[in-house]
Amino acid sequence: MKTDDLVSMLAAGAAPVAPRAVERRYATAFGWGAFGSILLMALFLGVRPDLSEAARLPMFWAKLAFPALMIVAALYTVLRLSRPGVPAPHAPALIAAPIAAMWLLAVLALASAEAGGRGALIFGETWAECPFNISLVALPSFLAAMWAMKGLAPTRVALAGGAAGLLAGSMGALAYALHCPEMAAPFLGIWYLLGMLIPAAVGALIGPLVLRW
Amino acid sequence: MNVAEARLRDLLVRGLAGDATAYHEFLKDLSAHLRAFLKRRLASLPDDVEDLVQETLLAVHNQRHTYAADQPLTAWVHAIARYKLVDLFRRRAGREALNDGLDDELEVFAASDTEANEARRDVAKLLEQLPDRHRLPIQYVKLDGLSVVEAAQKCGMSESAVKVGVHRGLKALALLIKGATT
Repeated sequence: MKTDDLVSMLAAGAAPVAPRAVERRYATAFGWGAFGSILLMALFLGVRPDLSEAARLPMFWAKLAFPALMIVAALYTVLRLSRPGVPAPHAPALIAAPIAAMWLLAVLALASAEAGGRGALIFGETWAECPFNISLVALPSFLAAMWAMKGLAPTRVALAGGAAGLLAGSMGALAYALHCPEMAAPFLGIWYLLGMLIPAAVGALIGPLVLRW
Repeated sequence: MNVAEARLRDLLVRGLAGDATAYHEFLKDLSAHLRAFLKRRLASLPDDVEDLVQETLLAVHNQRHTYAADQPLTAWVHAIARYKLVDLFRRRAGREALNDGLDDELEVFAASDTEANEARRDVAKLLEQLPDRHRLPIQYVKLDGLSVVEAAQKCGMSESAVKVGVHRGLKALALLIKGATT
């Protein structure tokens, strides 16, 4: 087929494209992913029974704000990396800011704790299961984010996969925060972060395999 | 350059809104720009130029929903062309590495250039490999110029199935082109 014929073929009956297709695709993916992750958390882990009491503590909201801000940073990044030729200049700062803030809280908490109590602030009671559970709860969001990215046009496929994974991991952490009883900043700054980074690493690894177009 | 950017962007934006004539003009102009761009960068692989022009055009068409009107078109097209170029180099490098084996002397004569060209290049032939649910909608709507309603009647599919068939079929075609060049 000659190039001119290909051009005619592609142009023939080309339907109008709805504007903001990228944003709408992520809205769909994020909605279903969030629904799936929260459902998975509620069914298999259960919402913490003392949720209404915990909600009175400022630290509870800091614990939700951490993954929520990571979601904002990851959404910015995936929206830009899904489009050819659109750089994401603020991505590193946006991703680093919530982490830095949580680490600052962690340092303050550790500094004001007695020497014997620091281990409890870092390891809590659930450190061993926390990153794994966050990754597990992130799974529906992971599939949704990869589906969204797959239908778009990332040119940096490993980064794009990593950003999609980070979006999923952050959603997983947000959902898991409704189950998890831990409230110490050092715990959140280490194990929640690890839970968010595992899906991001998986995304970056499989991005070059599944996101090519 | 800015004149071309403004003109092509205007054509594309109208095309995305459903103006098929403007879209046709956009793709036609774009193919000439792409050819010049790729020719310069594929000096070592001149036979691949037209192939890559077609592959890039198909990618532009398949990914056109990722273009935002507030974005420079130059950056968008360049990123797509560059992506396809890097992809081609990667595939070629893999093949050359394979053929570098000293025990493969016979490989040198195994394939003739024209044969490889024909097999690789003919998008129409690749189109024939698509399953009917993709091939027929593309044939009727994109090649014979029927409306979606007419095509739906002719293949006994629903109108939405015809639209989906065209959309998925062109994506499948892009993957076939990739596979055929490997």
